[in-house]
Amino acid sequence: MLTYAVRRLFGAVPTLFVIVTLAFFMMRLAPGGPFDGERMVPAEIEANLLRAYELDRPLLAQYAAYLGGVLTGDLGPSFKYKDFSVGELIRNGLPVSLRIGGIAIVGAALAGATLGSIAALRRNTVLDRALMTGAIAGVAVPTFVVAPFLSLVFGVYLAWLPVAGWGDGQWRHLVLPVVALALPQVAYVARLTRAGLIEILRSDFIRTARAKGLPERAVLFRHALRGALLPVVSYLGPATAGILTGSVVIEQIFGLPGIGRHFVQGALNRDYTLVMGVVVFYGALIILFNLVVDLLYGALDPRVRYD
Amino acid sequence: MRDIRKLMAGAVMALVLGTGALAADQARAETVLRRGNGPDAETLDIHKSTGMPDAYIQMDLYEGLLTPGPDATPQPGVAESWTVSGDDLVYTFTLRDDAKWSDGTPVTAEDFVHSWRRLVDPATAADYARFLWPVANAEAITKGEKPPETLGVRAVDARTLEVTLRAPTPYFLAAQMHPSTYPISKAAHEKFGADHVKPGNLVSNGAYMLAEHVPQSHVKLVKNPHYHGAADVAVDTVFFHATEDIDAEFKRFRAGELDTTYEMPPQQIAWAEENMPDAFRNAPYFGTYVYAFNLNNEPWKSNPELRKALSLAIDRDLLVEKITQGGELPAYGWIPQGTNHYESQSLDYAGMTQDERDQLARELMAEAGYGPDNPLQVEYLSNAGERHRKIAIAIATMWKQKLGVDVDLRTEEWKVFLDTRDKNAYKDLARFGWIGDYNDANSFLDLFRSDIGVQNPADFEDAEYDALLKRAGVEDDLDKRALLMQEAERRLLEAHAIIPIHHYTRPHMAAPHVKGWIGNIMNYHLTRYVSIGE
Repeated sequence: MLTYAVRRLFGAVPTLFVIVTLAFFMMRLAPGGPFDGERMVPAEIEANLLRAYELDRPLLAQYAAYLGGVLTGDLGPSFKYKDFSVGELIRNGLPVSLRIGGIAIVGAALAGATLGSIAALRRNTVLDRALMTGAIAGVAVPTFVVAPFLSLVFGVYLAWLPVAGWGDGQWRHLVLPVVALALPQVAYVARLTRAGLIEILRSDFIRTARAKGLPERAVLFRHALRGALLPVVSYLGPATAGILTGSVVIEQIFGLPGIGRHFVQGALNRDYTLVMGVVVFYGALIILFNLVVDLLYGALDPRVRYD
Repeated sequence: MRDIRKLMAGAVMALVLGTGALAADQARAETVLRRGNGPDAETLDIHKSTGMPDAYIQMDLYEGLLTPGPDATPQPGVAESWTVSGDDLVYTFTLRDDAKWSDGTPVTAEDFVHSWRRLVDPATAADYARFLWPVANAEAITKGEKPPETLGVRAVDARTLEVTLRAPTPYFLAAQMHPSTYPISKAAHEKFGADHVKPGNLVSNGAYMLAEHVPQSHVKLVKNPHYHGAADVAVDTVFFHATEDIDAEFKRFRAGELDTTYEMPPQQIAWAEENMPDAFRNAPYFGTYVYAFNLNNEPWKSNPELRKALSLAIDRDLLVEKITQGGELPAYGWIPQGTNHYESQSLDYAGMTQDERDQLARELMAEAGYGPDNPLQVEYLSNAGERHRKIAIAIATMWKQKLGVDVDLRTEEWKVFLDTRDKNAYKDLARFGWIGDYNDANSFLDLFRSDIGVQNPADFEDAEYDALLKRAGVEDDLDKRALLMQEAERRLLEAHAIIPIHHYTRPHMAAPHVKGWIGNIMNYHLTRYVSIGE
């Protein structure tokens, strides 16, 4: 298993290289530059700016310099947020994004699995139909609709929770963003769990377990759920990606100082280094999570073995 | 036994509640102002900033030779007095003896010399270097032709600063209110370099000092005990929250999480005026919204009467009343009312009724050869934004109904739009908005000089216009200078290179308990003039 993990990690290097390369050249293809604004600067001053940020060098030289920087862990200065380097911005934003995303994904897995199991056990009842209708709505309604709605209802009208902002990261500031971020994932996990559980409950080894006279509770928790959750576990990789991209919208709407917000602002501002830094970081994170999920899968499913 | 436990639990409870109440009392004693500050500040470095969000923070942190009063008029700041030589070229500033940095050391003339050299130094790559170009040698230094030490500024002694200009510059004093001309502490800058702006390193000479800077969240400032006017500063702590999402900002204000906002969603203005009249604030703003013709392209290039026809047919009263709804003033000129030492000029047809204008427009269109069987095709380019789109649709409808013009509305993302417009790659018309940097007609007229480069949105070229501005630039009689600039503005308007649409206002919210928040044309709001009432 260790050799497998190491081999996978090495395999990630070319993937990351492609990501860095694509991000670098696509950013440069976008019209407009980091120093454009309604108020143009005289040509000499723009030249000074380009020189200061080494944007006056040939594109390939810039690319080589950037690659060299990435290898040594230096993601360069931010063109827009001049008091911080890209590394500092990501370090500052990471705890915020991790906390929101972590709680959202754990919460989504737990809530989704519970609701999905209930629906499966009460299959074809009113409760099941209500839960699954809710789940479809959860998947279908986009985050950028749900989030402002939540903040309007719970922040402005009911005044139970802050509308936006991070404060010092108190739980009150976390509730709405986490809920908005987790909702689509809860819905998806619930549907996966329900489908998985219904299929497993029909299988032979469950019949055997029941025939042995095991109590229903043991059948469910010891045998059925373990198998039913396999699709959920394999979904956690893409879900992490979903949470990351979802956080881009959520952090913007709730004004949270996370990495996703840097990504959006960076792209709009043509802050080349900041966008590339976040892309490289996200890329690495997603590759890592997919690996973790695959390893977890091996631990859960006796049919999967890594040699 | 059980009773004793109960008693003890009760005592502990009382203690906890008591200290809680005590803490709450202390929190109330601290006066806090929470400002929505628009997009996240780019930097606190006064020499590297470009936008207003940064400027608001820097105006609280630092103080220049002159400082904006509550109504944004220039007041003595670090300089308690100054003299100007007979030829208007040498300014001698006397610094106040109680001007101190937040570390308690005195603010000296040497700090100004150091800061100003840094601003114009090409290595700093300051956007606003041109703010000091009126100073002798400044422009040559920024262009890399002379070393920074040759800048025309000298510390005669610790409290006397002597500045030599290259030509008389009537707005030189007003420009001292702009953050790029403020001082930074020479000692702190030499010690920390570019990191002098980090919390813990930053030393400031204004009413506040830096406590926290969390990117994409907030900047927190606390009162500077060494500030010479500290006794009159009522707010102890001020938060500048990054609020680039204007809908979220407005909701945060409604929920009481912010005391003031940076701006507000246009579609909420009518609602706020109706439902929150005590909090809704609005004042004319030093800016103008125009449509610019691409004068490199036909039919515009050789047809000023056609340009005039389109300008005539826009019902600006209707536009500001029904579409923009932010109390904007219809614009018939380029330079807003309220400009110092200047009388704003108007298009020659401003005195006509809209019906007369429409009639004239139809005649001009017919003369140019356009009519129902040969409709004029116009492509209009703007950046994405609800407000821009609404205005464009209204104007396109007016042109269609009155003149039979077919308008193709094109929208581009902000940076793409800037790129297209700066390269003059748009076909017919493009949106353009301008906010003056300092209260002087020059900050508007400069844009249409033929040698200004990409900033001239219409690529307007007029030798007489350039000559008038050149003469105004060296004229030291303010009245004569105003006449020259007014003539230049008239030339620009009569050429119909641009269609003035409206002068800006700055609708925003400030809670009724925020006292001393006074509307002014520059939209400056220094926290030190603000107090928190009931």
